[in-house]
Amino acid sequence: MRMPDPDANTIARRARIARDLKRIVPGEGVIVDEDQLRAYECDGLSAYRQPPLIVVLPSTTEQVSKVLRYCHENGVRIVPRGAGTSLSGGALPLADAVTLGLGKFNRILDIDLENRCVVAQPGVTNLAVTHAVQDQGFYYAPDPSSQIACSIGGNVAENAGGVHCLKYGLTTNNLLGVELVLMTGEVIRLGGKHLDAGDYDLMGVVTGSEGLLGVITEVTVRILRAPETARAVLMGFPDSESAGDTVAAIIAEGIIPAGLEMMDKPAIHAAEDFVHADYPLDVEALLICELDGPDAEVAHLIERVEAIAKRNRVQTLRVSASDEERALFWAGRKAAFPAVGRISPDYYCMDGTIPRHALPTVLHRMTEMSRQYGLRVANVFHAGDGNLHPLILFDANTPDELERAERFGADILRLCVEVGGVLTGEHGVGVEKRDLMGEMFSEIDLAQQQRMKCAFDPGQFLNPGKVFPTLHRCAELGRMHISGGTVPFPDIPRF
Amino acid sequence: MTQSYRPDTAQQVLDLMTWAVSEKTPLDLRGHATKAALGRPTNTSHALDLSGLSGIIDYAPNELVLTARAGTPVATIQAQLDEAGQMLAFEPPDLRPLLGRPDGPDDPGGTLGGLVSCNLAGPRRLSAGAARDHVLGIHGVTGRAEAIKSGGRVVKNVTGFDLSKLMTGAFGTLMALTELSVKVVPRPEKTRTILVLGTGEQAAMEVMSHAMRSPHEVSGAAFLPEPVAARSGVALVRDPGRAVVALRVEGPAPSVAWRCEALRNELGGWGPTEELHSANSAALWREVRDARLVAEPPEAQIWRLSVPPMTGAAVVRALEHNAPGALLAWQYDWAGGLVWLAVAPTPHAHAAAVRRAVDHHGGGHATLIRADRDVRAHVAVFHPQPPALAALTRRVKESFDPAGILSPGRMGEGR
Repeated sequence: MRMPDPDANTIARRARIARDLKRIVPGEGVIVDEDQLRAYECDGLSAYRQPPLIVVLPSTTEQVSKVLRYCHENGVRIVPRGAGTSLSGGALPLADAVTLGLGKFNRILDIDLENRCVVAQPGVTNLAVTHAVQDQGFYYAPDPSSQIACSIGGNVAENAGGVHCLKYGLTTNNLLGVELVLMTGEVIRLGGKHLDAGDYDLMGVVTGSEGLLGVITEVTVRILRAPETARAVLMGFPDSESAGDTVAAIIAEGIIPAGLEMMDKPAIHAAEDFVHADYPLDVEALLICELDGPDAEVAHLIERVEAIAKRNRVQTLRVSASDEERALFWAGRKAAFPAVGRISPDYYCMDGTIPRHALPTVLHRMTEMSRQYGLRVANVFHAGDGNLHPLILFDANTPDELERAERFGADILRLCVEVGGVLTGEHGVGVEKRDLMGEMFSEIDLAQQQRMKCAFDPGQFLNPGKVFPTLHRCAELGRMHISGGTVPFPDIPRF
Repeated sequence: MTQSYRPDTAQQVLDLMTWAVSEKTPLDLRGHATKAALGRPTNTSHALDLSGLSGIIDYAPNELVLTARAGTPVATIQAQLDEAGQMLAFEPPDLRPLLGRPDGPDDPGGTLGGLVSCNLAGPRRLSAGAARDHVLGIHGVTGRAEAIKSGGRVVKNVTGFDLSKLMTGAFGTLMALTELSVKVVPRPEKTRTILVLGTGEQAAMEVMSHAMRSPHEVSGAAFLPEPVAARSGVALVRDPGRAVVALRVEGPAPSVAWRCEALRNELGGWGPTEELHSANSAALWREVRDARLVAEPPEAQIWRLSVPPMTGAAVVRALEHNAPGALLAWQYDWAGGLVWLAVAPTPHAHAAAVRRAVDHHGGGHATLIRADRDVRAHVAVFHPQPPALAALTRRVKESFDPAGILSPGRMGEGR
């Protein structure tokens, strides 16, 4: 993975930059010690590592603003970091960049049940938002698997999803407002406690911008009343087609489950061995369908889902009879990644999204690729919204296996795009999928996205080397390539 | 006299834009022009009419995604969705009556591109989100005469910056949209509405907040003060002669029946309750959605305020205090978070008083939806931004349209 060339001049100024940053963030907020820096050398994509130049841990918006202004004026690059759980290398440090950690922004500022929202600092974990309101019967809907650790600010930066987003949306659909510090140190607010943020939807662009546009210092999210009841149906099928047909039929009947997840045989077995969720082991595909709402509605919908499954060759079917049993159904799915981690020294998690009807084709082709690359693959799938998580099993200690796993992964993502899908459904582009962006976007598409970057951060100091395969200077991107006077009058119907 | 171009293909849009850029000729972007009176007036000699780019490209109900050319009539899309038992969850309003346009069956009634460009959403915005939450991907031509795309045709996608959202609510000032993919959802099996009669304004905010905090999944929460309720075409709303809180419940039949009963039990202490069934319920929410009940008299100027829901009534009270006698009528949607105001017409449209009321009660924004052209030319139609944000907004505009040829001035000076 090629990263932007480190600026030797910045590296040479390291001691001085650290001293200046200590004036802005006194006490323990500036880390220069090499052993301590190592704790920041990677995020959830641990195949890539690079100790940062310096780590700075501000605790107020004013400090963030001053750090950014200082770095802007002194030409120092910045890598923003939340909890460091990114699976795409979004928070991978650079040798010549200050990693700006938001870990000290860990307070919930306002719980406003009347307006059904929570105002939190960005370092608060996703799950802590729910914990802050659950005794009042509320919760925060987006629930990425890393929710115990991942930060709400990082969720905004990555537009995090989770198993509930089929019914309740991604982060972007549950976000009401942000406070954002621009690279110049200017502080802007987008949205608030009101629903329509107004004007250009800059909040929509900032959400999922992977730390390239600004540093988020405050987040306002909407919270929902917890449903009265939630029950899950666990269904085993003789093949993935029957499971896929069941998913399509559930949606076609107008049912939007709270969660609709599929696992293939290798994933089922790995999960069962790990958490003993009592999954059926003689099936090729497993579906977990969760329905939530009032008791009467859930009972009614479960009957309909059972009927649909029976029409589609379901082999085993169980309905959770208690919250404990429902949690057990989910335990296997939620632990699928670590479970696969137990059966293989290493695994590589992909994140493409496909139109659901393409699932059998994609699974079939993936099996072929698995043979071709000589690497096993286990699949967990957000079946309701088409988001696929193939886990490629490999051993980094075996020569060339990491490289083979990466090529296999890239082929899977190309396949996702080929069938009408996209490179990433919820994990982000980061460094991992950066060089595949051309599979989905033209040079012109990418240039326009980079012009957005230029509008926010014309010096390109924020998180360089992420998302875009080639860096163009903003001045070059700004030029218009149209010659005046040579274009003929358009031959288009006029009125 | 405006010269209007009506391309039939995306390639023609690109050709036309290339010409417009090279000639530095500004274009006013439009679909059916049903919302031409929304926003700051533009003053261009040429118009780009995108209604020729019409037709649904792909719609597979099982995928919950519809892709159509930007000029496709919203009515065509809704008819297709209806056939498959689906809908656009954000409940697009029809502002023709409010904006003084004919809304008969022969009128084209607006395009998908126009709807998205104005980011309009109706009562279900409260529970399901706005147009911006349902746009998955776009194709279009920027003011640099470049054809680009963003997003995709799947509901879950974080690949690259989400420029689709940026186009939603940009009023055609960033790009000429040629194709859009939107998320669609199943239409609820059953709909009913609970009415709570005779509450005061602040009590109404509390009733709506209570309902939204209940587990009963309310999908619409509106409050009509007594004089506004009296204009309703629904007898159960009009005839009691009292203010009305309306709460909509949707879903499978047994669930709706149960939730309605629970709501009536929980809210009975605030006032007598009533229940509207299918046709009446739909009629009332159409009135609320399109702000029809505050549209009269036609010379009244109309504001649309997005504020924190519980502050809705306080904003109106503050406005009564700031500009005595200005308010003619008002209604609340989105559990208080959307306030429609009709004010007595003046050249300044009471803009300062309206915006002071919003700014002093938790923030938000106020948009001048209806006023004479002259008024909209001089009063900021969209809520003014603080300097750093305004500068950023200008840079974003320049990145898409450096020559300023796309509907210049529609959203404000220079953009």
